[in-house]
Amino acid sequence: MDEHISAAVAALTDRFGAQASEFRGQFSLLLAPEHIVTACQALLDEFAFDSLAGQTAVDYWPEEQPRFHLIYLLYSFQHYQRLTLRVPINGNALSLPTIENVYPSANWYEREILDMFGVRFEGHSDLRRILMPYDWVGHPLRKDYPLGYEEVQFSFNYDEIDARKPYARE
Amino acid sequence: MFEKTEITLDELRHLVSDRALEGDTVLLNMGPQHPSTHGVLRLLLELDGELVVHCIPDIGFLHTGIEKNMEAKTYEKAAVMTDRLDYLNTVGNNLVYCLAIEKLVDLDVPPRAEAVRVILTELQRIASHLVWLGTHALDLAAMSLFLYCFRERERILDVIEMCGGQRMMATYLRPGGLWRDVPVEFEEAVRQILKDFPGRIDEYEAMLTKNPLFLERTKKIGILSKEDAIRWGATGPTLRASGVAHDLRKTQPYSGYEQYEFDVATQTDGDTYARYVVRVEEMRQSLRIVQQALDALPYGPVRSNNRKFVPPPRAELGTSMEAVIHHFKLWTEGFSAPKGSVYVAVESPRGELGVFLEGDGGPKPYRVYWRTPSFANLQILPLLSRGHLVADLVALIGTVDIVLGDVDR
Repeated sequence: MDEHISAAVAALTDRFGAQASEFRGQFSLLLAPEHIVTACQALLDEFAFDSLAGQTAVDYWPEEQPRFHLIYLLYSFQHYQRLTLRVPINGNALSLPTIENVYPSANWYEREILDMFGVRFEGHSDLRRILMPYDWVGHPLRKDYPLGYEEVQFSFNYDEIDARKPYARE
Repeated sequence: MFEKTEITLDELRHLVSDRALEGDTVLLNMGPQHPSTHGVLRLLLELDGELVVHCIPDIGFLHTGIEKNMEAKTYEKAAVMTDRLDYLNTVGNNLVYCLAIEKLVDLDVPPRAEAVRVILTELQRIASHLVWLGTHALDLAAMSLFLYCFRERERILDVIEMCGGQRMMATYLRPGGLWRDVPVEFEEAVRQILKDFPGRIDEYEAMLTKNPLFLERTKKIGILSKEDAIRWGATGPTLRASGVAHDLRKTQPYSGYEQYEFDVATQTDGDTYARYVVRVEEMRQSLRIVQQALDALPYGPVRSNNRKFVPPPRAELGTSMEAVIHHFKLWTEGFSAPKGSVYVAVESPRGELGVFLEGDGGPKPYRVYWRTPSFANLQILPLLSRGHLVADLVALIGTVDIVLGDVDR
């Protein structure tokens, strides 16, 4: 493990109780939503993670607790290192603080997450839909949002598809 | 969950200044059907005379739900959708998606495939920059350059057609290597390009680099400071023109880029002209990389031999039962990727093109997120355009080099 990354990981684990994990040589930290702004500020100020490369979410429906993981992809232009933050969000309380004041580029990323997943960011300066029409109903990238065609059933996924097929049931 | 959301006028009021409400400034719509917006970008402009007070981009007209659609296809079948993201950089999109899968399932790529990938990505970078150069010059009223650039671009698309069967959207790169080996004419066609192109780039430079009309329109227009560029997530030529010598091909090499010698084109002015200089220099550096990769092109297989992920060649199907089973399994169910997520990024002509790929143990990607450079770079447009003339805004849309397919996905 690189020195710079290990210092950042150790600090976040220590201060915010984050859980570190490694997959294929990439590091990610599982972090509670209330710490996200302070954690990002610490990474920016102390560990030179000076840019937010991307921000998105993953929906684990039908699991409700936590239903979403928010993904923060941080990059350091000084050390050429990447770090992923994962923030679990409860499916019944879809809001968390914005990190727009730490990384300005989060502005559009957070609008996209609102649009696609329906997660609200408190304190965001311009929280509107960005890709879908403003009067669109629903959030397309959620797993319970239909794709609009029928999937082919094979033996390995028969039950899985059957369970969510709309039949005229008695 | 399907609550209907209505936007009230109050929610939009913060986008414009108070002067707009008093009628002191004018609100003007630019696009989505405007030739200089390079696609379907709509800009809401607040103008004070001819000066831009606020510029509010409105995107999403080309949103095709690629991320959602990819979740419903197997890993290999979803690859065709990647071409449609940034339609000027189709090979680069394939490349990053293949690299992400190869990382997720830990798949090897033969050296010949890696070298061909580098050659095609670099040629595609030149083709993309040619479209940018032609349209950028066209926006600034230099008509003839557009025709020259498109003439040269067609030569590169011919090479891609030769390999993959289509000029664009070829999906020639596949997880584990290439679809098939390059044809015999490939090497000669690329060598001819390498011979002709340096002179052609000199011609373009002769038309623009010292042209007083071009300098008037680009010097000191849309200055982006180094700090703003990093804070706002700018990447690619936009970042390098602001004095940050950062190129993912150098800092996090992939596909064997560490073997090739090239310079990272950097400028410090951060204006439209600096971005022009950076991109033109990048075309020359790309030619250098192609030259080295072609000279050292190794022989051998072009696709991994791992039958759990790569279908067997057609010839094997007649003689091997195992090959038939693999063929059937891979084309119906597809291969499975482990639970876990990876983020892989490459240097596209526009900047950092990244894909966040999450597997759930099944044959389809659980989540694919595209970190597209145009989306991040377009976010800077309001910052760049503040206080400039409407006519300069046209130059600024050109200089951030957006592709709307890449912005809207």
